Amino acid sequence: MSRIQKTFAQLKKEGRKALIPFVTAGDPAPEQTVAIMHALVEAGADILELGVPFSDPMADGPVIQKACERALKKGTTTLDVFQLVTEFRKKDQTTPVVLMGYLNPIEALGYDTFVKAAAMAGIDGVLVVDLPPEEAEEFADLLKGQEMDSVFLLAPTTTLERARKIAAAGSGYLYYVSLKGVTGSATLDIPAVAEKLNEFAGITDLPLAVGFGIRDGQTARALAEVSDGVIVGSALVSQIAELADQPEKIVPRLQEVLGEMRQALDA
Amino acid sequence: MSKYADLLKLPDARGHFGKYGGRFVSETLSFALEQLDEQYRRLSADPDFQAEFDRDLALYVGRPSPLYPAERWSQHLGGAQIWLKREDLNHTGAHKVNNTIGQALLAKYSGKPRVIAETGAGQHGVATATVAARLGLKCQVYMGADDVQRQSPNVYRMKLLGAEVIPVESGSKTLKDAMNEALRDWVTNVDDTFYIIGTVAGPHPYPQLVRDFNAVAGREARRQSLEQIGRLPDALIACVGGGSNALGLFHPFLTDDEVAMYGVEAGGDGLETGRHAAPLNAGRPGVLHGNRTYLMEDAAGQIIETHSISAGLDYPGVGPEHSYLKDIGRVQYEVATDKEVMEAFQDLCYFEGIIPALESSHALAYAKKLAQTMKPDQHLVVNLSGRGDKDIMTVAAMQGISL
Ligand SMILES: Cc1ncc(COP(=O)(O)O)c(C=O)c1O
Repeated sequence: MSRIQKTFAQLKKEGRKALIPFVTAGDPAPEQTVAIMHALVEAGADILELGVPFSDPMADGPVIQKACERALKKGTTTLDVFQLVTEFRKKDQTTPVVLMGYLNPIEALGYDTFVKAAAMAGIDGVLVVDLPPEEAEEFADLLKGQEMDSVFLLAPTTTLERARKIAAAGSGYLYYVSLKGVTGSATLDIPAVAEKLNEFAGITDLPLAVGFGIRDGQTARALAEVSDGVIVGSALVSQIAELADQPEKIVPRLQEVLGEMRQALDA
Repeated sequence: MSKYADLLKLPDARGHFGKYGGRFVSETLSFALEQLDEQYRRLSADPDFQAEFDRDLALYVGRPSPLYPAERWSQHLGGAQIWLKREDLNHTGAHKVNNTIGQALLAKYSGKPRVIAETGAGQHGVATATVAARLGLKCQVYMGADDVQRQSPNVYRMKLLGAEVIPVESGSKTLKDAMNEALRDWVTNVDDTFYIIGTVAGPHPYPQLVRDFNAVAGREARRQSLEQIGRLPDALIACVGGGSNALGLFHPFLTDDEVAMYGVEAGGDGLETGRHAAPLNAGRPGVLHGNRTYLMEDAAGQIIETHSISAGLDYPGVGPEHSYLKDIGRVQYEVATDKEVMEAFQDLCYFEGIIPALESSHALAYAKKLAQTMKPDQHLVVNLSGRGDKDIMTVAAMQGISL
């Protein structure tokens, strides 16, 4: 059983929902990332999603675009991201880490090199935003060969027929994009999300996590009720942006924000 | 039979040209692209749709555009006879309108009330605003903030035509960032918005349909060559930004093995300086804006800033079909530097009384070199993709003149 499977199995037994924070690796600087990861786990994260910075993050809103810019300005490369996870794994061997990013930096390294280095670093899954299952076969096979999961997106525009294909290609969990838009948007329609998730739940045994536009405990809670977990990104990254030049304040602030979500989920 | 016969079958059903092309988008857009693909397949086989497209091109765009012999310039150069495919005479002043007429018809049939576009030089933005006005569609155009500055006449034209121009402040503030922003808009408004992409790039089926709509220029040029030269030309030359005017000219000639083809990328300050926009000459394959193609990127796979005197070529990628045509050797890809471009620009003004777009002047600059190596009984067709009115500020600034 993979770390991701174990995590969801354990949560199910306890009747709890997964809380999955997202931060961009190297934001505001690579030296901060490992401390931020540990802090998020301490504040109640079940799985960590770590963004791999890219110059042209087409699916992201301004908050995560700027996070990529900050990380790139500090010279963060994909190889550095592996280094950061390796460092994180020295103290934490149980929390799953999923990389989320775009295809071009992966192709620049080469699929083979990327996958081997990711496995060595202790990464559990990879979500490539601009790599739909039709184009993903080779990459997904390589991940599988190293016992890592391929996490794919489902969207409000995904038909049931497509969702079946995506579910068949995916492993670990499926990431449902709660709205039509980029990360950090603010137009969440909870009943619509619930309806779509219900449909998708009927076609897969994989856990369904929901992300995009979750800013507070109340929304997190409402979405957790209709899914297996929630992903929180821009709400955290915007805190990092605010404190980018007072890095010592980042950890306590993130713990406060994520802690509130954890409480809301478990209440 | 042509050794290139298989080229006419591309792309395959999933949008691949060999290993290039494809559909690399986030999931939200997959459905819209599948729908567009299905709609385009249906309409492109529908004689009524084709007739409507042809009628618009004739009555609104003013097609066919002439194939003009640049006799005085050719004589001056003392080599091959240079012919200009006069896309600069199209309504709105560039080849871009061929494509926007086609895509606006698709938008009309899809029932979507809003169109968006990205633009570099502003020519595609103007061409989109134009067709949107004519069909009564709401139109918003994304344009890099730097390009808004250097192409201000076109910004005003778009506004006159009722479009809203949205300056893009992210990244390098040029065409690639405008395309990022347009994709973000489309993801958000996919239900009621048709995205009119301005070149043969983007996710499948865009590279295919933009090529097909532009191919009218190549079909005409082929017919005109037979009529006016009495045979096919020895070579074709076109500038390559994303590559739509080039493919529009080249595609109907691909299986004429005796016709050589040259795509000319923006050499900027020179390839050796790194300040250019020539992915086919100096980049490597990667994935950006929904397709796999040659890109300008650093060792870590981050997209790097490009440089060109012409905003319309200032793009780090190129249409995937060009990547394939390069690899198999059907088309040669060359560069022209900013300096060579300025000289060719001035030549055409001086010898032919035509002010060319700076983009098209890249093709002219290479034609100038190539013609001089050829004989007077040989013939070159150059795609004069646009007129240069929009560029007079840039040229004046280069000459140290303020208007
Ligand atoms: C006149 C003209 N030619 C060429 C181009 C480059 O585009 P493409 O390479 O798609 O033809 C542009 C783009 O703005 C243009 O305005």
